Amino acid sequence: MKTRLWLLAGAVVAMAFAPGCKPKGAQSALSGDAASKVYVAPGEHDEFYNIVSGGFNGQISVVGLPSGRVLKIVPVFSVHPENGWGFSEESKPMLNTVHGFVPWDDLHHIAISTTNAEHDARWAFANGNNTPRIARVDLTTFKTVEIIEIPNSAGNHSSPFITENTEYVVAGTRFSVPTGDNKDVAIDSYKENFKGTISFISVDKEHGNMDLAFQIEAPPFNFDLARAGKKKSHGWFFFSTYNTEMAHTLLEVNASQKDKDYIMAVNWKKAEQYIKEGKGKKSKAKYAHNLWDESNHTATSTIKEDILTLDPKELKDIIYFIPCPKSPHGTDTDPTGEYIIGSGKLAAIIPVFSFTKMLNAIEKQDFEGTIDGMPVLKYESVLHGEVEKPGLGPLHTEFDGKGNAYTSMFVSSEIVKWNIETLQVLDRVPTYYSVGHLMIPGGPTGKPHGKYMVAYNKITKDRYLPTGPELAHSAQLYDISGDKMQLLLDFPTIGEPHYAEAFPASLIKDKQVKFYRLEDNNHPRALKGINNARVERDGNKVHIYMTSIRSNFRPDNIEGVRVGDEVYFHVTNLEQDWDVPHGFAVKGANTAELLIMPGETATLKWVPDRVGVFPFYCTDFCSALHQEMQGYLRVSPAGSNTEIKYSTGE
Amino acid sequence: MKKIDSINRLLVLISALLMISAYFTPLWQISLWAPQYPEGLNMKIWIDKLSGDVDIINGVNHYIGMKHIGVEMFPEFTYLIYVFAFIIGFGILAAWIARRWAAYTFLGLISLLGIGVLVDMYLWGYDYGHNLDQMAAIKVPGMAYQPPLIGYKELLNFLAYSGPDTGGWIISVSGILLLFVIIRFFIQDKKANHPNQNI
Repeated sequence: MKTRLWLLAGAVVAMAFAPGCKPKGAQSALSGDAASKVYVAPGEHDEFYNIVSGGFNGQISVVGLPSGRVLKIVPVFSVHPENGWGFSEESKPMLNTVHGFVPWDDLHHIAISTTNAEHDARWAFANGNNTPRIARVDLTTFKTVEIIEIPNSAGNHSSPFITENTEYVVAGTRFSVPTGDNKDVAIDSYKENFKGTISFISVDKEHGNMDLAFQIEAPPFNFDLARAGKKKSHGWFFFSTYNTEMAHTLLEVNASQKDKDYIMAVNWKKAEQYIKEGKGKKSKAKYAHNLWDESNHTATSTIKEDILTLDPKELKDIIYFIPCPKSPHGTDTDPTGEYIIGSGKLAAIIPVFSFTKMLNAIEKQDFEGTIDGMPVLKYESVLHGEVEKPGLGPLHTEFDGKGNAYTSMFVSSEIVKWNIETLQVLDRVPTYYSVGHLMIPGGPTGKPHGKYMVAYNKITKDRYLPTGPELAHSAQLYDISGDKMQLLLDFPTIGEPHYAEAFPASLIKDKQVKFYRLEDNNHPRALKGINNARVERDGNKVHIYMTSIRSNFRPDNIEGVRVGDEVYFHVTNLEQDWDVPHGFAVKGANTAELLIMPGETATLKWVPDRVGVFPFYCTDFCSALHQEMQGYLRVSPAGSNTEIKYSTGE
Repeated sequence: MKKIDSINRLLVLISALLMISAYFTPLWQISLWAPQYPEGLNMKIWIDKLSGDVDIINGVNHYIGMKHIGVEMFPEFTYLIYVFAFIIGFGILAAWIARRWAAYTFLGLISLLGIGVLVDMYLWGYDYGHNLDQMAAIKVPGMAYQPPLIGYKELLNFLAYSGPDTGGWIISVSGILLLFVIIRFFIQDKKANHPNQNI
C-alpha cells in the first residue's frame, strides 16, 4: 500500500515536471525591432523586386522586399482567366508544344539575366518541368514573351541556369529517356537505351531571343540542379546528378545506394568551340518555339526540328565528373567563382570543391576512373574541405558577398551560416517548416546584396489562420546584415515557390512600360480611333472591330450574328494613359475575359450556341461610368436572314 | 525725340531677340491634380500648338460635357506667329533707329500682347468652363468649370493651376529689360537737368 502511494506521488511529480524536461525545439526567435525593418510606409516602395517561382501553378509571383507584399502574378506556363492569357487568340500560341496546347506546367526555378556576373534584370527565365520548356519574361512589361520547348528531355528540372553574361540558358533533363529513332524500348533496358541530355540555349544579347544552340549527350543519370561558373570559372558549368546507379524503378531505395554520386563539370567554352568546328552531329526532334511580338500584340508558334548534338564519349575534354556524397541536390558556385558547393541531401557533411584544384587535377590527369570514357576526378584532389555537422538534409546554398555561405536544411528545418574559407559553422536559425530553396538578393551572382534572406518552405502547418486541408506555402524573411541572422517576417506565398531571385528595384522601376502607343500598334485588326469600328461577315466568321474607351464600346448594338457563327471580338483599348485597362466579357463564352491594356488589341473567339440577345460589358472598373460600359449582341437562328447591323448611340 | 545710348540699344536688342524663344518653348501651362492623378496632368500651350496630356484631359472632361480641346479650337494658333514676328521685328528696328519713342512703343506692344493674351485666355476659359454639353453624364447644378486665369483653383475632384511656362517667363524678362531701359531714361534725364550734381 505504502509503496503504491509513493509510486503514485512519484508519478504526479514526474508529470508536473515533464513539460520542463522536453528539449527546446524550433521556437519563435523574434527579437529586437523587426517590425520597423519590414515596414514600408504607405506610398513608399520596396527596396527589392523578388521574382518567385510558383511551382505547381505554372506562374511567377512578383513580391516586394522587405514587405513581403505580392505585387503581381505573371502567367508563364499556365492560362490565366484573370487577363485572358491562353484564352485570347493572340496569346494561345504561347502555350503551344509538339503535344498541342499545354495550359499548365510545373515552374521551379528563376534566373534573372546578368552581365559580368551581376544582375542586369532585363529578363527573368523560368523552367517548365513537366512538358520541358523554358520561358523568358520581359521585366519592363512583366509579360511572358518567349517559350522554347526542350526536345529529348523529360522533367526539365536542371534548368534554367545561366552563364555570367546570359550567353546561354541550360536545361538538363531530370528523367533520362530514350531519344532519336529508338524510342519504343523496354523500360528495363534503361542503361543501354536511355540518354541524359543537357541543352544549351543561346540568348540574343540585344533582344533576348532564345535558340537551341546544342545538346550534350550525357550518361543516363538524373540531372537535378546546375550553376554556371563565374569570374575565374567562367566557361564552366556544374550540374548535380543523382541516380548514377541508373535505376529505373523504386528510386527512393535504388538511387540511394552509392556513397557518392557526381557533380558533372562541363567545359561549355570547349563545347562551343567544337560546335564552331562543325563537330556537332545533326539530328531531328520536333520542338515548339513561341514568340510574343509587342508591336502586334500577338504570339506566333513555330515548330522546329534541327538539333546539333555533341558526344562527350568522343570529345573527351568537355565533361569531368566530381564525386559528391549522397545524391547531391544543389550545386552552387560562390561569388568569386572559386568554390563549388555540393549539397548531398542525404549526406552528413557539405563538401566544398575548389575550381583551381579541379583544373590542376584535370591537368595532372588525377582521375580515379572513367564513365563511358569521361574522366572521374579524385574526390580528395578537388576538395577544398568539408563543413562538419552542418545539419540534416542540405539542399541549397546562397552567398552574402562577405565570405559566408547559407545552406538550407530540409530535414532539420533550419538555415546554417558558415564561412567558405574556414568551413566553420557560424550561426543557425530555424525555418517554419522544412525549408526548400533559400534566396539572398543577388545571391547567385558575383555581387550579392547581403542584407536580407528569404526561406521558401515546404510545410506550413500552424503558421497562419488555417484554411482547411490546403494551405499557402510559408516564407520567412531574415536580416543577415549582422553576425547573427534575425527573423523579421513570416508571410504566405502564391503557389508552391521553389527558387526565386531578387534584385534592387532601382534596376528596373524607371524602365516600366506604362501603356502601348496606339500609333505603334501593328495588330492587323487594330483600330486607331472610333471611326472604323465595324462588323464584317466572312462566311460563318463574324469579325467585330471594336473600340473601348471610357466609358463605351463601339459598336455596342450588334445584330446579324447567327447560331454557330464564329464570332471574333477584336477589341482595341484606345486609352493612352497609365493604369486604364478595359475588360471585355460576353455571356456564355467558353473561354475567359479579355483584359486589354491601353493601346493594345486583343481578340476573343465566341461561338454562340443559342438564339437570344447577349450582353457584353467591361470587367475592369475603369471610370465613374464603368457600370454603363456595356452593349448587346443579337443572335438569330442558323440560316436566318438577319442582316449585319451595328451602331453606337443611335 | 531723343536718341538712346548704346547700352540701352543693346538692352532693347536683347529684349527683342529673347522673344524669339517663343517659337521654341511653351508659353503657358495648365496643370491638374486629382486623387487619381497624383502625378498630375499637364497641358502646354505653344505659339501654334498644344502638347502634353491633352487627350487624357479631354477624356476626363467629357464626363462633365466640356468641349474637346484641340488645335482647331484656337484660331490664335494661325496668327500668333505673325504677331510675334511683328513685335520682334519692331524691337530690332527700335534698337536700330535708337529713338526713345521706339523703345516706348516696343514696351507698349509687349504689354498689349500680354494683356491681349490674358483677356483672350479668360474669354476662352469662360466659354470652356460654362458652355457645356447638355447631354453630359455628370451635371452638377450651378457648377461651372472655368479654369483659373493665373494661379490655383479647385474644380470638383481636381485642383487646377494655370500660369506661364518657359516661353512666357522669357517674354516677361523681355518686358523687365525694357522697363529697366525706361528707368535709365529717367535717370539720364535727371542727370541732364542737374548737370552739376553728382548723382
